[in-house]
Amino acid sequence: MFGRKRSRDDFAEEITAHLELEADELKREGLTDEDARRQSRIEFGNVRVAQERFYLKDRVEWLDHWLRDVSFAIRQLVKNPGFGATAILVLALGIGASVAIFAFVDAALIKPLPYADPQRLVRVTESERVASLVNISYLDYEDWKRQNTVFSSLDAFTDGNFLLSAPTGAEPLRGERVSAGFFRTLGVAPVLGRDFDPSEEVPGAPNSIMLSYGTWQRRFGGVKDVIGQSVKLSGISYTIIGVLPQDFDFALGDDPEFWAALQPVNSCEKLRDCHNLFAVGRLKDGVSVQTALANAQAIARQLELQYPDSNRDRGASVMPLSDAIVGEIRPILLLLLGGAGLLLLIACVNISSLLVVRSESRKREIAVRGALGASLARLACQFVAEGAVLVAGGLLAGLALADVLMQILRRLISAQMMAAMPYLRGLGVNTHVLLFASILGLLALILFSVTLIFHLLFSDMRDGLAEGGRSSTGTLWRRVGGRLVVIELATTMVLLTGAGLLGKSLYRLLHVDVGFPADHLATLSVRLPDAAFPKEVQKVDFTRRLIDRVEGLPAVRAAAVTSRLPVTCGCNSDWVRIVGRPYNGIHITVNEREVSAGFFRTLHAKLLAGRYFTDAEDASKPNVVVINHTLARKYFPQEDPVGKQIGDPTLSPSSIKQIVGVVEDFRDGALDEEQGPTVYYPFNQNPSPNFSLMVRTSQDERTILPAVATTIRELNRDVGIEQGSTMNEQINSSQVAYFHRSTAYLVGGFAALALVLSTVGLYGVIAYSMSRRTREIGVRMALGAQRWSIHRMVFREAGWLAAIGIAIGSVGSVAASALMRKFLFGVEAWDLPTLAVVATVLVVSALVASYVPAHRAASVNPVQALHAE
Amino acid sequence: MLQGTLDLLILKILVLGPCHGQGVARLIQRQSEEVLFVDHGSLYLALQRLEDKKWITAKWGVSENNRKARFYSLTAKGREQLVEKSSEWQRLTRAMELILRNVRPRSEEV
Repeated sequence: MFGRKRSRDDFAEEITAHLELEADELKREGLTDEDARRQSRIEFGNVRVAQERFYLKDRVEWLDHWLRDVSFAIRQLVKNPGFGATAILVLALGIGASVAIFAFVDAALIKPLPYADPQRLVRVTESERVASLVNISYLDYEDWKRQNTVFSSLDAFTDGNFLLSAPTGAEPLRGERVSAGFFRTLGVAPVLGRDFDPSEEVPGAPNSIMLSYGTWQRRFGGVKDVIGQSVKLSGISYTIIGVLPQDFDFALGDDPEFWAALQPVNSCEKLRDCHNLFAVGRLKDGVSVQTALANAQAIARQLELQYPDSNRDRGASVMPLSDAIVGEIRPILLLLLGGAGLLLLIACVNISSLLVVRSESRKREIAVRGALGASLARLACQFVAEGAVLVAGGLLAGLALADVLMQILRRLISAQMMAAMPYLRGLGVNTHVLLFASILGLLALILFSVTLIFHLLFSDMRDGLAEGGRSSTGTLWRRVGGRLVVIELATTMVLLTGAGLLGKSLYRLLHVDVGFPADHLATLSVRLPDAAFPKEVQKVDFTRRLIDRVEGLPAVRAAAVTSRLPVTCGCNSDWVRIVGRPYNGIHITVNEREVSAGFFRTLHAKLLAGRYFTDAEDASKPNVVVINHTLARKYFPQEDPVGKQIGDPTLSPSSIKQIVGVVEDFRDGALDEEQGPTVYYPFNQNPSPNFSLMVRTSQDERTILPAVATTIRELNRDVGIEQGSTMNEQINSSQVAYFHRSTAYLVGGFAALALVLSTVGLYGVIAYSMSRRTREIGVRMALGAQRWSIHRMVFREAGWLAAIGIAIGSVGSVAASALMRKFLFGVEAWDLPTLAVVATVLVVSALVASYVPAHRAASVNPVQALHAE
Repeated sequence: MLQGTLDLLILKILVLGPCHGQGVARLIQRQSEEVLFVDHGSLYLALQRLEDKKWITAKWGVSENNRKARFYSLTAKGREQLVEKSSEWQRLTRAMELILRNVRPRSEEV
């Protein structure tokens, strides 16, 4: 910058020259040669020190200045603790919220899965014409495994439940059945014992299980000699062969306690059209997901040609395992991060305007320093130092707040949701989070510094010295401060609108008409162990007795069983064909449920035509089915479906069933799913070992649960019972309600904070502007202006700012809402009532913000106000 | 002495013509009627700073009594700065004077 640097020797020479010149002069004044020399040295002071200072000048000056600036900034903040505390608190709120949400993003999206080389792992499923993602059948899986050229390994997994005999009765345990290579595909090795051997996949081979680390600790005391022990699950003996690592989890599983080798032993696994598996594959080196997908689709087409009855329209789907695991939560987290970011923006703008106000009031100090030679750069350094002190404080407080927020949010996640999102267990402040926080801090610092330096550049420094300089700077502040507060108001509007729309979606979702009264309905999952109930007739017999006994309990109106509860998922699909209709290869995909005869009465469903089936209709009677209104409307538009017959796509004789009734639609699937065609088969003709018991009560449905559980235990101690619940709880805690609720609450929280911050910001601008106009107000009042007109003047100023903020905010809100359309349910992105309510809230907040300054301005004593200048 | 003041004094001395460091120190002392004594170390650093800012330039030369010396002279930029800074200074001193001379009781905001 300065061209050639001057050397130290040159400087030393100059000092020598100075000493000689000085000595000459002193001699002229009458000193002796020696005295003159000594005197000149004394006058100069320490030559060495001067030389040192010259040498260090460029190096240390900035550090020295910086230290001085920082300590000056700290002194300034301590002198004015209200300002410092406010700024740090506001910044901490913004940073804390952002960092806490980022920690979730980091845990869910950034940290790779806890497996070897996770980006090569994919989830492999089949696909259908109507559903892009369906399970694979065991036989298809075997063909895919054999024929593919893209996976170095492909392994299957499926939920499998076990019953553990315990003194208090059978205890259901979550388990997962996996093919032998499953853990090797993931790249996970047991911490104790060994992995599954391929020979253990063959039916008839010894039954082996591996334990999750938690199970080993909880149920087996963490002892080493657990390997080789045998444990009886669902009446079958299993040998424990290994224990999985502590940090191992598998989000697509059901948080299993036990992992069993998958042997194709159950009836489903012998049928090509019974789909109960998922698969995970490891891509060969150099194979992309697209290539793998093409290969899988080619195999699927081959299978379709080979097995047209079972595999018609069956395609393939291959997606990165990380997408399969976090795909659903990713947009939610990004939405929340966006919300937190907007809150941080508001916080920073708020602090910027506070800083500008402060620099205004320190105008004269700055002007004097400028006049005394402090360069613009030095003054700017001063501001940066002040910003840095604030940011450092805000960052520390924000990190502490983020830590607390994370703990709270994590505690709010139910155990059930946590099992689906095991990656959140690693949530916490780590290096990624710290790095993110530092970047936020740096951005905030840049924003503060730029605002102040711009302010400094555009306000004429010399004005500060002149006494009359205040009116022009006042106007300038009104302009700058006004603009800042408009940004705040507009951003707040975006957040409020987002929160409003999400809130409305949540309300709409929870008030979806499920088609039956959900109150006074208790539910309980029941599992019948195959060992105790090997024959279907035994299952039917047990269920009959169970329903009888439960209906005999006091306060029970009705009881029924169903293979799957209403309002869960439309995930049990079946293919049907209508007898007597021409078949063009396109079958009808329907939801299917197996329900007991009393199911519809227990639910209070409405019969539209025909009859319900009876308890007597079991395997000994002709097959019957009840269909829902959607199925009747779609496929029997002009005719009465009652009496018609349906069957499987090949119309095999055993599959033919007669439609005996049509029931009004009620919701089978999740709250946000559209109700599709559904068939209800009699449980007694298709008994399943796992079912849910539904009990309609006349009193609080929760209180009946212990009595129901006791009744089941009395009937058979080997039957497994899962924790009871109520229909309302099931609906409220369903995943879709959960996601909608958490986004609505969190964005609502951000919006509330934003509203407070922007109201305070607006108050600051108005109050400052009024304090600057005290004299003007005095003159107005002296000339006869009424109080109300002063009020009006203040409100008009606030009103203008609010109006501009709302105008910009409306545009932003509509844009932001369009981006979050997929989070909305039952409400459009441009929902006018929401916008109107939000605008009203902002106007009210503007009135609140300007009330105090208006009141103060109107109570100005004209005489004092005129004196004040 | 305040940093900015020394800069201003140096510029003012140099407006009379090129001068070496020792001369500047002497002149400040003499013209201020022996009120202002300049710390020589600070003076040379200030000269260096002004030179870095290109407000003054320096050249080795020979003094009237035949001594080798580094002569400083004002640049156009330095001249501008002198005008600006001295008017600022005058406003400041006027402001100080107004306050110091003011004998009215303090009843208002300053």
